[in-house]
Amino acid sequence: MDAKAPFKPAAADGIDRSLVIRHLRKEYRSGIAVLKDVSLTFEGRGMTAIIGPSGTGKSTLVRCINRLVDPTAGEMLFMGQDLAKLRGSALRMARRRIGMVFQEYNLVERLTVIENVLCGRLGYLPVWRAWMRKFPPGDIDRAFRLLDAVGLGDFSNIRADQLSGGQRQRVGIARALMQDPDLILADEPTSSLDPKTSVEIMELIARRAGERDIPVIVNIHNVELARRYADRIVGMAKGEVVFDGPPSALEDSHLLTIYGGEGWLE
Amino acid sequence: MSDIPAPAPTRVAFPPNWPMRIGFAVLALYIVYASTILDITWTRFIAGFGHAERFLSRMFPPDFTPDKLALLQSGMIESLQIAVLATIFGVALSLPLGLAAARNLCPAPLAWTSRTLIALFRTFHPVIVAILFVKAVGFGALAGVLALIIASMGFLSKLIGEAVEEMSMKQMEAVRATGAPFLSVVVMGVMPQVLPRFIGFSAYQLDSNLRNSALVGLVGGGGIGATLFTAFQRFDYDFVLTIVLTIIAIVMVGEILSGWVRRLFQ
Repeated sequence: MDAKAPFKPAAADGIDRSLVIRHLRKEYRSGIAVLKDVSLTFEGRGMTAIIGPSGTGKSTLVRCINRLVDPTAGEMLFMGQDLAKLRGSALRMARRRIGMVFQEYNLVERLTVIENVLCGRLGYLPVWRAWMRKFPPGDIDRAFRLLDAVGLGDFSNIRADQLSGGQRQRVGIARALMQDPDLILADEPTSSLDPKTSVEIMELIARRAGERDIPVIVNIHNVELARRYADRIVGMAKGEVVFDGPPSALEDSHLLTIYGGEGWLE
Repeated sequence: MSDIPAPAPTRVAFPPNWPMRIGFAVLALYIVYASTILDITWTRFIAGFGHAERFLSRMFPPDFTPDKLALLQSGMIESLQIAVLATIFGVALSLPLGLAAARNLCPAPLAWTSRTLIALFRTFHPVIVAILFVKAVGFGALAGVLALIIASMGFLSKLIGEAVEEMSMKQMEAVRATGAPFLSVVVMGVMPQVLPRFIGFSAYQLDSNLRNSALVGLVGGGGIGATLFTAFQRFDYDFVLTIVLTIIAIVMVGEILSGWVRRLFQ
């Protein structure tokens, strides 16, 4: 692992960041599939929002991609590899190319803000550097700039458990960007936040990922936010894809298919 | 009120619990039996008071003559060194063993092996372990240090393992998702969460080793315990009192210090 490798230029660079998912299936308990045969192709740019009711496998889908959850069957082709088959160090190499933003932020509470952001570099650094906090100066500079970019420039040395929810999620976004990823996964990034902060967080993800040309896959409950920020919406119900198209094509009839029931749309 | 029927005379609120009564009767009989077998009688108890009176009167005043104080000092310093060394090595060895015993961090075979080892270390009281080490490496401080290292490992590894099992998996998951190698996950995702408790346990262990270092000396493990044992055998009860008072003072100082360290790292 070369700690001094220069960062790739952030702009479009001809790298194919597309993700092809084929026949993905996940059973937590044998025979009971949470994901049933999901096939999706994500272009290597823009934001894709996955909507659907709770318990429909959205989180599982996103977690399968970076293998926090191991799929039961299927393949996920990303940057020339099948993510489903990776193990050990090959899996870690792939994971460091994929940033993740969590619903409950998942910051290490007792580390400072800047340490949490620098966690995004751990995949590139030997253990002793993390242990002694001897991060390369280039990484530290970049961490500070990312904190400025998410509006937390003055909070670098504050412990993460001192922050509000919105601030924590900003740190979570900075940590994901710190990986200099080729893909960002966001698992319900706004579900623990108030409506105003939710908009700010979605705006931040869209803008910071957009200017770096990083494709984003986001699970989201809020259909309005999905419509507003996503270039493409995937609707899931009962472990299957039931809608796939641009936000403009998403109509009430589709929402009824996705979420079921009637009357709640009025 | 009058429409409530009178209770049937056969109903009893608290029926006699015969198994419990028989149980207590058997227990009482056993106490009498065991006391008789072990020759625990009232006459001996009363006679013991007389002995204690003579013993205590010979303890006063405590012996503070310079040659005794020199003995006390060298013994006490050795005990402190035994306690400090045993704590440092015990802590250093407990950390990996404790992490290996955490079932949420390590594969089951490793966790169970570590747990078995820890259970083994905890099987015997430090004094018994000290006797074994005195037989193995001879009289003196080395045996005491080794015995207390084993005791420290038994205690600390178990508590560290349990602390790790209670930590937040979300924080660790986020660090893992960055592609960090296992040890970096431990350093940045696990240790920050358990560090305050780890330091608290270690301070408590130092405190406990201070007390036990006097104990292991009694069986040949070096330190003030050896001096105390000699003083007993020579009927120098006034010097015994001096030693006992010093041990009490040191243990109290140790307790205050460890309490202070624990508060500092909350």
